[in-house]
Amino acid sequence: MISHPRFYWGETGNVLTTPLFKLPIPSSRALVPTGYGYVLPDQNGWSRYLHFQTAWVLVLTGVLYVIFSFFSGHLWKDLLPGKADLSWRAFSTAVSGHLRFKPPSKAEAWSYNLLQRLTYLFVIFVLFPLMIWTGLAMSPAFVSAVPATVTLLGGQQSARTIHFLDTVLLLLFLLVHVVMICIAGFRTRMRAMITGQADTNLERT
Amino acid sequence: MSDISRRKLITTGLAAAAGVSALGVAARMAQKYGLVPPDHGGIYGLGETLTYASQRLLTRHSLAREFRRNQISKIPLANEMAPPNEAFKRLQSGGFADWRLSVDGLVDRPASFSLNQLKSYPIRSQITQLACEEGWSYIAEWIGAPLSHVLEVVGTQPKARYVVYFSIEPDWWESIDMADALHPQTFLAYGMNGNELPVGNGGPLRLRLPRQLGYKSVKFITHLTVTDSLKGFGKGLGSASPEAGYAWYAGI
Repeated sequence: MISHPRFYWGETGNVLTTPLFKLPIPSSRALVPTGYGYVLPDQNGWSRYLHFQTAWVLVLTGVLYVIFSFFSGHLWKDLLPGKADLSWRAFSTAVSGHLRFKPPSKAEAWSYNLLQRLTYLFVIFVLFPLMIWTGLAMSPAFVSAVPATVTLLGGQQSARTIHFLDTVLLLLFLLVHVVMICIAGFRTRMRAMITGQADTNLERT
Repeated sequence: MSDISRRKLITTGLAAAAGVSALGVAARMAQKYGLVPPDHGGIYGLGETLTYASQRLLTRHSLAREFRRNQISKIPLANEMAPPNEAFKRLQSGGFADWRLSVDGLVDRPASFSLNQLKSYPIRSQITQLACEEGWSYIAEWIGAPLSHVLEVVGTQPKARYVVYFSIEPDWWESIDMADALHPQTFLAYGMNGNELPVGNGGPLRLRLPRQLGYKSVKFITHLTVTDSLKGFGKGLGSASPEAGYAWYAGI
């Protein structure tokens, strides 16, 4: 991203073509007109190695997680909203309660509330798969075997742009997630996440 | 309780042993079938090996996407920044008439080709994308001789596993496995968009490897070596890229 902080739509894009948008940051390449009078050091080598190795970790753990949540009941019990929650009224009640920092009821504290469920479903089944898809769409070797990976997205540069916007959304999710954990009680929430057991007596006391 | 945990311990132990030996077998099979990249050492080696191995299995014969003529970029970005060296300038002043491509290594008939000789071979063209690891890309028509044809002319020996190729610029070299070397879209490209290949895009002769990122398509090629091992080249990591911190395999 720092080596080319310009984003395009379609198949191709370079410094001679019009970008969809630019990030107002300096670049690690002299070829990019950033308006800054200096060029950042090149860190692409090791960060690419790290990126693609981590991509394998994401894919392998992600597949395991989805299979496990499908068969263990986690998906049905904890993530999919209950029938009663699937109405605009329930949704607006949840949103307004949330915005007013209303503490959750005992029953809610045991489980994920509607907004959590919808957010997690979106992250697990939309943002992460889209991240993997757009990543593969940028691989010249992978798309040679499965061209639809990139043609369905409108081109390799479109894939790169969506990949970037997806990153922004995931970072936003991470940030909000961490802030909420801190608000809800860092120690109890971390314990719950690691052990899978929630001690509700400790919640919000 | 202790009974169950002992049974559990034994099963877990057996499973772990089976897992480790399965990994060992997988590693040996991967070596045997050429699924391990030369830069497999180090902390990122596992990720690189998984990528290279899975793409070798999935994409051995697949063709890079080709585009319509009206999708060709209006100006093919010439990103060559390094000033050509003295040897290059001398050849350039002579219109590259004396440009030679020497081929040696595990071949029956080592040879040195002029550009005209290369142009006398079947002329192939492809409209493909050049994507740089930095993030930019362009589409151009590339014209040249398939590398496989030149390898056929010199007679590659059965032991051959890699083709190493060198630029006239010092310390600029790469290598590819035989799957890529014999791939129909791997060109020794001397033309672009109906004309000679401009110097800014790697002229008079560059390798064109559309299934990998641009940095594998080395510019100003003067020398090819066919080999069964990359150990004797540079630091033994396969090419100049891993020595500079970049992956040897750039199919991503």
